Amino acid sequence: MASSQPTPSPPMKAVVEVKGLVKEFDGGAGRRGRGRGGVRAIDGVDLATEEGEYLVLLGPSGCGKTTLLRTIAGLEQPTAGDVLINGNVVTGLPPRARKVAMVFQSYALYPHKTVLANIVFPLRAAGMARPERERKAHWAAELLGIEHLLGRKPRALSGGERQRVALARALVREPHVFLLDEPLSNLDAKLRSSARDELKRFQQEVGTTTIYVTHDQVEAMGLGDRIAVLSNGKVRQVGKPIEVYDDPADTFVATFIGSPPMNLVPREDQLVGFRPEHLLPDAVLAGMADREKIPLAVDRIEYLSGDRHVYGTVTGIGKPTRVVARLPATVDTPISAGETYDFAVARSRLRFFSAETGLRI
Amino acid sequence: MTAVREAPAGTATGPQPAARRRLADREGALAWLFLMPSVVYIVVLVGVPFVLAVGFALSDVTAGDPSYDFVGLRNFRRVFDDPVFWRSLGNTFIFTGISMVLIVVLGKVLANILIADFKGKWIVRFLVLLPWTTPVTLSSIAWLWMLDSIFSPIDWILRQMGLLGRPGDLLGAGSNMYWLGEPGLAMASVITVHVWRLTPLAAVIMMAGLMAIPRDLDEAARVDGAGYWRRMFEVTVPLVLPVAAVAALFGTIFTFTDMAVVDVLTNGGPNNATQVLTSWAFFRGIDGGDVGQGAAIALFLFPVLLAAAIAILRAVRRMEVG
Repeated sequence: MASSQPTPSPPMKAVVEVKGLVKEFDGGAGRRGRGRGGVRAIDGVDLATEEGEYLVLLGPSGCGKTTLLRTIAGLEQPTAGDVLINGNVVTGLPPRARKVAMVFQSYALYPHKTVLANIVFPLRAAGMARPERERKAHWAAELLGIEHLLGRKPRALSGGERQRVALARALVREPHVFLLDEPLSNLDAKLRSSARDELKRFQQEVGTTTIYVTHDQVEAMGLGDRIAVLSNGKVRQVGKPIEVYDDPADTFVATFIGSPPMNLVPREDQLVGFRPEHLLPDAVLAGMADREKIPLAVDRIEYLSGDRHVYGTVTGIGKPTRVVARLPATVDTPISAGETYDFAVARSRLRFFSAETGLRI
Repeated sequence: MTAVREAPAGTATGPQPAARRRLADREGALAWLFLMPSVVYIVVLVGVPFVLAVGFALSDVTAGDPSYDFVGLRNFRRVFDDPVFWRSLGNTFIFTGISMVLIVVLGKVLANILIADFKGKWIVRFLVLLPWTTPVTLSSIAWLWMLDSIFSPIDWILRQMGLLGRPGDLLGAGSNMYWLGEPGLAMASVITVHVWRLTPLAAVIMMAGLMAIPRDLDEAARVDGAGYWRRMFEVTVPLVLPVAAVAALFGTIFTFTDMAVVDVLTNGGPNNATQVLTSWAFFRGIDGGDVGQGAAIALFLFPVLLAAAIAILRAVRRMEVG
């Protein structure tokens, strides 16, 4: 029924920018204050999305990513710095004036309203006429496949359905920006991967600039056009997933992303980094001239869905250090614990960091 | 030794001292033990007086002649013929109705203040809760002085503000309002004191309700573009409604059954303008000595209180389900 109707106007491809953003919570008094004594949740962040981009804010819990998102939404006032949407400073504006839509971690559906009433709520707040509201709600519901749920209350929905309702509520307003705060963290693992896929297709379909907060690197790598890695209120690196993975800007990014994380071996005033999957038996890399040979004293092996994770101590390229090698199923070199083997890493795969600052050299 | 200890009670080895069930393990007996005080309380202090009240209402017992003679519904017929009874009944509903609305609305406002985060909030909270913690009679006497026919400080303030005391003033040329002397003002005064006294209780109940609403919901509504009033009436109020119902019902019961405020302030006057069921029952049964009639009047509280109790239980159950 709704399919024959025209979809609303093409989405605004907005640019969101934050400049010199600082957010301090005074200890205790602020209800969301983390820890005591002035805590800098955001410590001088400069960041800009591109038009229609899917930008993921990735970091461990407490790194300030959610606070940054809430500041962009207008739910927190920054201590210093500005938020710009499409070049307009919106720092002092209340959330409703910013044309942003947010999906909360808890989905924050209004429990006393039906799904339809939840979805039209932003439109009613905007003073839209009833027929237009209903038409848009049905359009959003159809896009997300929840038309059959419109009469239900949120209580009667599953986690995945609630997430779609929350998305539909965000979508109907045709916001300039979507802000998503860990929308998948309340779903079970199986549902999460399919929801991740849907979320990506959904964003590509509507094309609205999206800022997505997560602590899950798999979500970040899978969803993001670019990833901004945050730690302690600072942006450590912004880049495409492959850049963040292959060329981490510092040891934090190197060890936060990747599972198992990048191996770091101290050598003089440097740290030599290489990914577990690049540490392979020397025989496998035999054809490669430019490789660094590394003896590995193996002490433990794990079999994980075809891959072998080989734990051991490397010597030769720096101080003896415990590392992990991830051998794909295609490498069938026999390896057993307690033996020392010749491993190697292609030199092009080695990354060097300053031992003092942790920054890439 | 340890093997014997571990054997369950009642096996072939016979009951060992360590394996015997202690009182603390016998849940059936414990249930009785723990329930007994409240059962005794209800039977002795609620059940017996209720049966007595019904019994007295059907008797000719008076303070002067305590011998029990069954007279059927004679007391009720007399009560129905008494215009003061009907006036008391009407007043009771007016008092309760108006007080309840004011208590719930002001309770919600005060609850917002109680949960707000600002400097010096502890003193505000203290002041808000003070009326509820003061004994009823004490605070009623304080109000009696405030509303005194000659020395009322409220009248003094009104005179200073130029609203009272000179010809052409808004509230009249008389030097005093006679808060407790004019029928309408007396009723308003009693309602005011009730509201003043019960609002803190409602505020605390509503505060609990407000705190239970996830902050996300309010924030989602803000991002969705809803202003203060829309958030209040479309998000906060519906979610706090079951709790507000409980506050309202408590307010109803406390207003409906209270006679201290009326007794201290007006003693039912002027000319029975503030007479309520409780004060009239007391006046008839204790002051007047006609225990039978007093009991018959007091029994009219029962259906309303029963309905209120059922409504409270329903509201609580709905909250549990939600």
